[in-house]
Amino acid sequence: MDFFDRFAVPHPSLAIYASMAAIGLTIIAVIAGLTYFKKWGYLWREWLTTVDHKRIGIMYLLSALLMLFRGGVDAIMMRAQLAVPENTLLDAQHYNEIFTTHGIVMILFMAMPFIMFFMNFVVPLQIGARDVAFPRLNALSFWLFFMGAMLFNISFVVGGSPDAGWTSYFPLAGTEFSESVGNNYYMIAIQIAGIGTLMTGINFITTILKMRAPGMTLMKMPMFTWSALIANVIIVFAFPVLAVLLAMGTLDRQFGTNFFTMDNGGMDMLWANIFWVWGHPEVYILILPAFGIYSEVISTFARRNLYGYKSMVGSMVIISLLSFLVWAHHFFTMGQGAFTNSIFSITTMAIAVPTGVKIFNWLLTLRKGKIVFTTPMLYSMLFIPLFTLGGVTGVMLAMSAADYQYHNTMFLVAHFHNVIIPGVVYAMLAGLHYYWPKMFGFMLNEKIGKWTAWLLSIGFILAFMPMYVSGLDGQARRMYTYSEAAGFGLMNMISFVGAAIMAIGFVLIVYNIYYSTRYESRDISNDPWDARTLEWSTHTPVPEYNFAILPDVRSNEALWDAKKNGHVLFKGEYQKIHMPNNSGIPFIMSCIFFVWGFSFVFSLWIPVILTTIGIFVCMALRSFEQDHGRYISVKEIEETETNLRGA
Amino acid sequence: MKIDNSLPLEYSTEENSLKILGFWIFLGAEIMLFATLFATYFTLENRTGSGPTGAEIFQITPVLFETIILLTSSFTVGLGIHAMRIGKQKAMVTFFSITLLLGLAFLGVEIFEFVTYVHEGAGIQTSAFTSALLTTLGTHGAHVTLGFFWGLFIILQIKKRGLTPQTTNKAFIFSLYWHFLDVVWIFIFSFIYLKGMM
Repeated sequence: MDFFDRFAVPHPSLAIYASMAAIGLTIIAVIAGLTYFKKWGYLWREWLTTVDHKRIGIMYLLSALLMLFRGGVDAIMMRAQLAVPENTLLDAQHYNEIFTTHGIVMILFMAMPFIMFFMNFVVPLQIGARDVAFPRLNALSFWLFFMGAMLFNISFVVGGSPDAGWTSYFPLAGTEFSESVGNNYYMIAIQIAGIGTLMTGINFITTILKMRAPGMTLMKMPMFTWSALIANVIIVFAFPVLAVLLAMGTLDRQFGTNFFTMDNGGMDMLWANIFWVWGHPEVYILILPAFGIYSEVISTFARRNLYGYKSMVGSMVIISLLSFLVWAHHFFTMGQGAFTNSIFSITTMAIAVPTGVKIFNWLLTLRKGKIVFTTPMLYSMLFIPLFTLGGVTGVMLAMSAADYQYHNTMFLVAHFHNVIIPGVVYAMLAGLHYYWPKMFGFMLNEKIGKWTAWLLSIGFILAFMPMYVSGLDGQARRMYTYSEAAGFGLMNMISFVGAAIMAIGFVLIVYNIYYSTRYESRDISNDPWDARTLEWSTHTPVPEYNFAILPDVRSNEALWDAKKNGHVLFKGEYQKIHMPNNSGIPFIMSCIFFVWGFSFVFSLWIPVILTTIGIFVCMALRSFEQDHGRYISVKEIEETETNLRGA
Repeated sequence: MKIDNSLPLEYSTEENSLKILGFWIFLGAEIMLFATLFATYFTLENRTGSGPTGAEIFQITPVLFETIILLTSSFTVGLGIHAMRIGKQKAMVTFFSITLLLGLAFLGVEIFEFVTYVHEGAGIQTSAFTSALLTTLGTHGAHVTLGFFWGLFIILQIKKRGLTPQTTNKAFIFSLYWHFLDVVWIFIFSFIYLKGMM
């Protein structure tokens, strides 16, 4: 039995046993459902082996929504625990695990796949391409991300969750203070997902640089594509840093090396430094595509071209450079001296300048616009004031001398939620409503959508504004409880109410999807929002090959030109189209990666060796395979086009 | 698949040129990977705890052998690509085989070097310095090992299928990778070994 003891959860509670049962039942239900409805073949042919960027995008979306609820449950539990002083809902260990997994799940397994969903679904359509540069690599990226996320998520029922914060600082995260396998999960699961993300970065840079439609120069790309390009450049330069960091963390925890230990010369601050050399650019990987979505949405619904196109691009480039030069502002109080702190203070404040340029560009786009208040536009309009508030508190935090008051308090927690929720989450929701008709052929209900936006915003203000106050009063983050005499009770109760309202908002999104699937009209045009860019010029649903004829582009708003200035987008005759074949290798290889990761977490070396060989065999198979893709004939294209036009 | 005959075979299709650009971007990521390892090494270089310092364990002879072997292999892989460009399959396969044999010889010397370090009490667990040193060298060595099998598979494919747009594309990308490992080694040689011995 000794062998199996390692898989037990170190701090079990009723909630964890209930989750185990729920996970088991869900898996049984899914398997039974697939068998009963005879959908295994469909699942395998259409989804698990697909290399189509649109389907991969939709799988990213489903994963992101799933993880949003996993991370959301963690959040609600945290707020419930802190709602009243000296609460005993959760113990300290359980609370530690929850704030750790909340952070990782929300950043890496919710926000990242949401961004990936937009990049996958939108970028090839926006640049008039038929797929990404490396479709099979794209499938591998998704499945590695997915397996990494799943591996991370089983931690709380098998072996224990990581509990050293999402930053996982050493020496706390070392074996001396964190004995359970939880932090092994952190190192390995994020490593697997990170490899997938890095390959996405390479894939999309190549796609955007080489596969744009004829006539689309770099400065004629739509703004979302620009933001995706820059975010992917950051990915390629930031994610290898994370890979090395996690590998060193693994070596320290499982092989007894001394990178971050307290003796034999190890340096714990090295972890903090390298972590944020990746971690800060990571924040911009999330926010830049979000800015891209706002740019599309605001320009579409203000019925005006985007103000200051060149300065938008320029400010994103400057942000991407500065993002690598500010990492020490995450630990001003941890002893690097006044001179170093001053430099990082200045670089940090400098980021506010290009960000401010973008805010003003959006405002000037709105000026004299004929604004249409759709749900995506409502999210964008809520974003501008709320995000600006978060930006201003960011500048407050950037002052290194004042940071001694804010450091590790709820003020900081309020700040980064204030930029991430209105900045990233609202953009994702705006984009979800905006692109939903292109994906599925019907709109999401506008009335429920607007209710959701308002509920989320009211909930957000109630949940996070009190944290600024209690934080300045000295309430530390990551503390599982506080005494009544501390006087934080009222503020935390308001936060809890706000969090509950936000939860209702997120449930409404699911209800909206259900409601719209049943009741919304299927009779919509290819361009229901009267939009400006190429993704709206093709059919809904988008045919497999995206564009029967590659569009001819003259400006950064090619579709608007076609609608208003009589520009002809699709010239010429149909030609046969070369498409990649589906492949099961990415999925199978990622499954092997999952077993590899699981075995590694528990130091089961024989399965680790076997699965490592398995991974290399998959790569060798790919090397020897001859796959020249297939052609869609002119006849097939004509049939598809006629059908879609008729519908 | 359209083949453009004005370009070298490895660039001749659209897919080929995409793959070469993609690999250059991948090498950009690899530069960041090794840069992080070097930054770690420079941070921990003098933090030797109770273990030996670099000056105590580095020996010039095996390191010089490794350097000469690896630089030569970079030259031969270049000759291999030249032979490929002028369509001489047999010469190309020979040069690639020599490259891989030199790669194996490099790995042999490196393993010998690691065994010596462990015997001298400088294992990966000894101190922050040895952890960083052996991780950096080991990462480079693991790249060479992977490159060996990759190159081997490409040789087998060229023998079977001849010089096609696909096989030449793979061989060219492999040569980029091999040259890159050489560049990394030059940094290791200069900034780890020579600096450590001074």
